[in-house]
Amino acid sequence: MPTDVEKWKSEVYGNEIREHLFRFAEEGYETIPDDERDAWFERFKWWGLYHQRNGQEGYFMMRIGTPNGRLEPGQLRVVGEIADEYARGPGTNPIFGDAYADYTTRQAIQLHWIELSDVPAIFEKLESNGLSTQQACGDSWRNIVGNPVAGKDGQEVIDAWPVIRELNETFKGDDDHSNLPRKWKVSVTGSADGSGQGDINDLAFEPAYKEVEGEDVVGFNVRVGGGLARNEPRFARDIDVWVAPERVPDVAGGISALFRDNGDREDRYNARVKFLVDEWGPEKFRETLQEEYVDFELHTAGRDVREEYTYNTGEGERNDLVGVHEQKDGTNFVGLNVLTGRMGVDDVLELADLAEEYGSGEVRLSQRQNVIVTDVPDADLEDFLAEDLLEHYSPDPSPFMRGSIACTGTEFCSLSIVETKNRQVRFARWLKENVDLPEDVEEFHIHLSGCTASCAQPQIADVSLRGMKTRKDGEAVEALDVGLGGGLGAEPQFARWVTQRVPVDEVPGAIANLIERFAAEREDGESFRAFVDRHDDEELDAFVEPEETDYEDPMMHNTKMTWYPYAEDDSMDAAPPTPADD
Amino acid sequence: MTAVRDGVLRCVRPDVTTRLRILDDGAWLSVDDTRRVSVSELWRLESADFCECDLADLVVENLLETGVEGRTVQVRAYGQCIACGAKSTTGWVPVGRVVDGEFVDIDREGVLTSTSDR
Repeated sequence: MPTDVEKWKSEVYGNEIREHLFRFAEEGYETIPDDERDAWFERFKWWGLYHQRNGQEGYFMMRIGTPNGRLEPGQLRVVGEIADEYARGPGTNPIFGDAYADYTTRQAIQLHWIELSDVPAIFEKLESNGLSTQQACGDSWRNIVGNPVAGKDGQEVIDAWPVIRELNETFKGDDDHSNLPRKWKVSVTGSADGSGQGDINDLAFEPAYKEVEGEDVVGFNVRVGGGLARNEPRFARDIDVWVAPERVPDVAGGISALFRDNGDREDRYNARVKFLVDEWGPEKFRETLQEEYVDFELHTAGRDVREEYTYNTGEGERNDLVGVHEQKDGTNFVGLNVLTGRMGVDDVLELADLAEEYGSGEVRLSQRQNVIVTDVPDADLEDFLAEDLLEHYSPDPSPFMRGSIACTGTEFCSLSIVETKNRQVRFARWLKENVDLPEDVEEFHIHLSGCTASCAQPQIADVSLRGMKTRKDGEAVEALDVGLGGGLGAEPQFARWVTQRVPVDEVPGAIANLIERFAAEREDGESFRAFVDRHDDEELDAFVEPEETDYEDPMMHNTKMTWYPYAEDDSMDAAPPTPADD
Repeated sequence: MTAVRDGVLRCVRPDVTTRLRILDDGAWLSVDDTRRVSVSELWRLESADFCECDLADLVVENLLETGVEGRTVQVRAYGQCIACGAKSTTGWVPVGRVVDGEFVDIDREGVLTSTSDR
């Protein structure tokens, strides 16, 4: 039996949702029939709008898809202006203020407290500036990710941006691919650093060389079926296909259509393509693709560069794109650390100014929730680095600030079990003040995800934190499961969940104790990931050692059942009314 | 008992229509298009076969399906007993009642009793 979501999608889905969205925006939020809200909220996702959680009735999160995290000159200012005018709600965040933008782990941007009545005006402003929310959420081609400095990166094997742009233009709004069984996450990387994180995407194109008619040609190897969600993490599987850049849309379209036709539409838990690859195996997947979905002979896989991957590997150079890096053209890109990916609106606008003053005006977003200012000439570098804004968004931050990633959490998200972003800020600040890493360890990744949806990519961090609940002194409190030793690279591996349900106020102490043991017992020059690798779960559990410290957590209670965790009166009874249509 | 996962039940009583759905990848039970019961609740669960504890202290991690027995709305859930660490799936656990067409919470801070039928 098809699911409700499939039934709703079969009635209205894809581009046509827009006219309904605009009708409700004009006639008022209250005109969405009570018995159709689940259906319409599900459909609105396709146009990038998520209804926020209980207690925030009538407010939406809006996701803007920026392919490859690329913001053309002027676009960041547009985002900042929209956030300033429209992303203000009844709740004030004690760290980030009234209006802010979130840079996500898939190189997109999220705004909160959006009212339905403002959506047409926001869309008009976005679209007249080359930006869009189309397919930012929902069961279709999501924002395509990759190395954000494609085309500029001195380390790249091939410039993937023309490929990404073509895929985006082809598959955004394409009715044949607008209603897939589930979300469809694609990564295209041309760099040898692995910064596209293809292994955790549904479909990955990774740089590879292939001898074609006697010549060594640069193109892409294809992997399928990666993803982290729902306690069922998978790395993308090698389907033994190499594709030339000009053929990527054909192969990507073929695989998307294969998924459309063969994915499980009767069980959303089993719908992602990773489960189809589990069921079929890579060989059958490739055979079906060849026989039914492409009309040319596929090449076998080429020679990849995975041995050179460094991004998020837990050791070696360039685990992220923070800092000053030389571009191909002799200018520089400067990666700035944005703690948990959230930036107050005044800072967004100031960054847009600085990008214009010192660079080309372009800004790019990385999968580690950071921003990158490109095209800064050597002559201007010193002045740029001396700007006040860079004291807060540093190109050379503490490892604990640099390594922190957090999802949205219970502040706005229906799925999350615990508060995340502000908590990760508190954790990072405490760790920076109280914990010393060994001198040669410059990066230490801690990812905090509110639930098993894994939006903060917890399984590929040195320390993985995932929302849970437990009892402490008889009271129900927010807690975190602790995983260790995850990372990408030539041989990616997921974190092992070694310690469960640590009350949140004991987590900083647990990390401090863990790092103390690591520092004391590591072999010369040993990375944290390698250290974890040579210990069993029981030993690691003993290293974690949760402990209360002078860290205090003001959000121990059930933040999920507040209307807004930071409100003076946070009870559901104090929830604000649905916003008036004006 | 009528059960559904990610679908809809329309008949709690012949003369009243109540829409029950598991939404958000099993994070919520929606009743009449309003999210009412969520994962991450802690239930003290009396169950013969969830775990070895006399009273399981269950963190609800995933709602699997919902159903009705008379006027009682029930769910089956996946979760972990934080007392003994066992992970399992519950039988049917009552979470609310439909009274005059409205969903009324059962006190889930108190002891809940699940059926042994998985």
